[in-house]
Amino acid sequence: MKTSLAAVPYFWTKQVYQDFYQQVTDTDIDTVYLGETVCSKRRSMTLQDWMEIGNLLANKGKQVVLSTMTLLEAESELNYLKKIVQQGDFLIEANDMSAIQVSNQASRPFVAGNAINIYNNQSLNLFNKLGMTRWNIPVELGQEDLKPVIPKAQELGVEFEYQVYGRMPLAYSARCFTARHHDLPKDRCQFKCKDDVEGIAVTTREGDSFAQINGIQTQSGKVSNLLNHWQKLEATGIDYARIVPVAPETTLEVIRALTDAINNNQATVDFTDNTREYCNGYWFQMAGLEMIA
Amino acid sequence: MELVCPAGNYPSLVKAVDQGADAVYIGFKNATNARHFSGLNFSEKHLHKGIEYAHQNNCKVYCAINTYPRQDGWKTWTSSVDMALDIGIDSLIVADSGIMDYIRSRSDDFPIHLSVQASATNLEALNFYHQNFGIKRAVLPRVLSLKQVTQLAQKSPVEIEVFGFGSLRIMAEGRCYLSSYLTGESPNTQGVCSPSSHVRWEENDGVLKSRLNNLLIDQFEEGENAGYPTLCKGRFEVEGSIEYALEEPTSLNTMDILPELHQAGVVAIKIEGRQRSPAYIETVANVWRKAINAVLKDSEQPTEQDKQKLTALSEGRQTTIGAYERSWQ
Repeated sequence: MKTSLAAVPYFWTKQVYQDFYQQVTDTDIDTVYLGETVCSKRRSMTLQDWMEIGNLLANKGKQVVLSTMTLLEAESELNYLKKIVQQGDFLIEANDMSAIQVSNQASRPFVAGNAINIYNNQSLNLFNKLGMTRWNIPVELGQEDLKPVIPKAQELGVEFEYQVYGRMPLAYSARCFTARHHDLPKDRCQFKCKDDVEGIAVTTREGDSFAQINGIQTQSGKVSNLLNHWQKLEATGIDYARIVPVAPETTLEVIRALTDAINNNQATVDFTDNTREYCNGYWFQMAGLEMIA
Repeated sequence: MELVCPAGNYPSLVKAVDQGADAVYIGFKNATNARHFSGLNFSEKHLHKGIEYAHQNNCKVYCAINTYPRQDGWKTWTSSVDMALDIGIDSLIVADSGIMDYIRSRSDDFPIHLSVQASATNLEALNFYHQNFGIKRAVLPRVLSLKQVTQLAQKSPVEIEVFGFGSLRIMAEGRCYLSSYLTGESPNTQGVCSPSSHVRWEENDGVLKSRLNNLLIDQFEEGENAGYPTLCKGRFEVEGSIEYALEEPTSLNTMDILPELHQAGVVAIKIEGRQRSPAYIETVANVWRKAINAVLKDSEQPTEQDKQKLTALSEGRQTTIGAYERSWQ
């Protein structure tokens, strides 16, 4: 089984990104997704900056994929998307139908991100014809949903990617919830989200975890964790285990622990963390926040 | 500009038609549509009656098949499409690309309206659905500002329909999994959000608590207006403060910007609420018919009393024009 590192969903400084990816180059991760997927106002990194990091990773043998925005509204956002597709060096991850349209027009292949709604064989076949080479599965689908789809994907040669670690992206809005929490209008947000390495926790008034707000994105409050189930995912037909970054240090620990387990063919992944709550219900066809050990 | 009204059942359809709806939209009694609630939607018998009544009164009937079928359920969705194509429906409202592909395998030109659940928020996304499936119209998600709607409508290759009144959705439709995260059932798969089967009310010492799959969504002191525990409209704790972290209980009402929407070239206004009662549909359709006529024919505007009727029917008795106004965002 191969491993992938999703684009960082949070807003970090250029220095933090650079240090983080510098360390990623020394891990055994197979594929690294780069770029801003949540908010086009976050501009600590230019496309050129991402390309430089991409080249660094590619030189170490990593497959690099440039991720694109999930909710595109403004023309400037479409223009930036077109620039990403036009660069010829790296594969792209389409997170909105606009990215699929632009890629298809440019005859470029793409990875369908998990915000692209593909739930059945007819869609899988259609998007494969339009250039999809890998399907990053919508977070709410589980193993039983996938069983009847996997033979079709294998026939078409489409790779499957499933999230095994990190908070799940659960919703996108026109509204910035981080700005709202700080009582600021979105247009004058003061980039408050840069203060939160991994978003802001929203809990019930009884202290149960509910969600994590991250700008216009709402994530699962709990961190998904299927690390110790990686062999079951592989047996089901998943090609890529996807790690979604949390804080840099923890993310690096998870990458090392998972790739070690895979390299040594060990069922159990040597990773413990008592500072976050975990879940994996979706894989087991349950409510997403449930946790099966 | 068309008035498109919801019809959760035959009596609601009759009310909408009688109040002058240009079109009604309906769904079948299964998970193929985004209001899969018990006691709602059309059996085959009522469908024939409803279509006949609407067509006799020059009202079109649109049918929503706008959830995302997982492979196991694929045949339920395709047989729903087959039925809709044969029964006299005027247009299908669809979100899933696979289903649009299937419709085109059966008919080259049957009108498809892109459901709001497909979440097309920009020109290239509209181009995608237009080029691949020849969609006739797109219903825009409730995430765009008025300026963005205007720009999109000017360049769009297809007709544009927007939401005018009803429950306010704050998340881009078709891309929200919060409900399945909490309960296992979502709008995309089962056509439900915050399903009533998972709701529990508790009253203790005058405090009323609303729960969804045991999680506390909100609690109300005596005298507070207690609303349905829709998960994004509850009060939660964020960094020590108790707040409506995502949105207050409120409804969308765009009547005040109707002239601008018409000017922008929007061809249809959609009223949300197939789950609402016939009496609700009657009142809302009546007032909105007046409002649209006032824009189209320069006839009399809805009165203050009319507007108050809408406010009274709104969630939390408050309304907003939502994302149309930049400051809401």
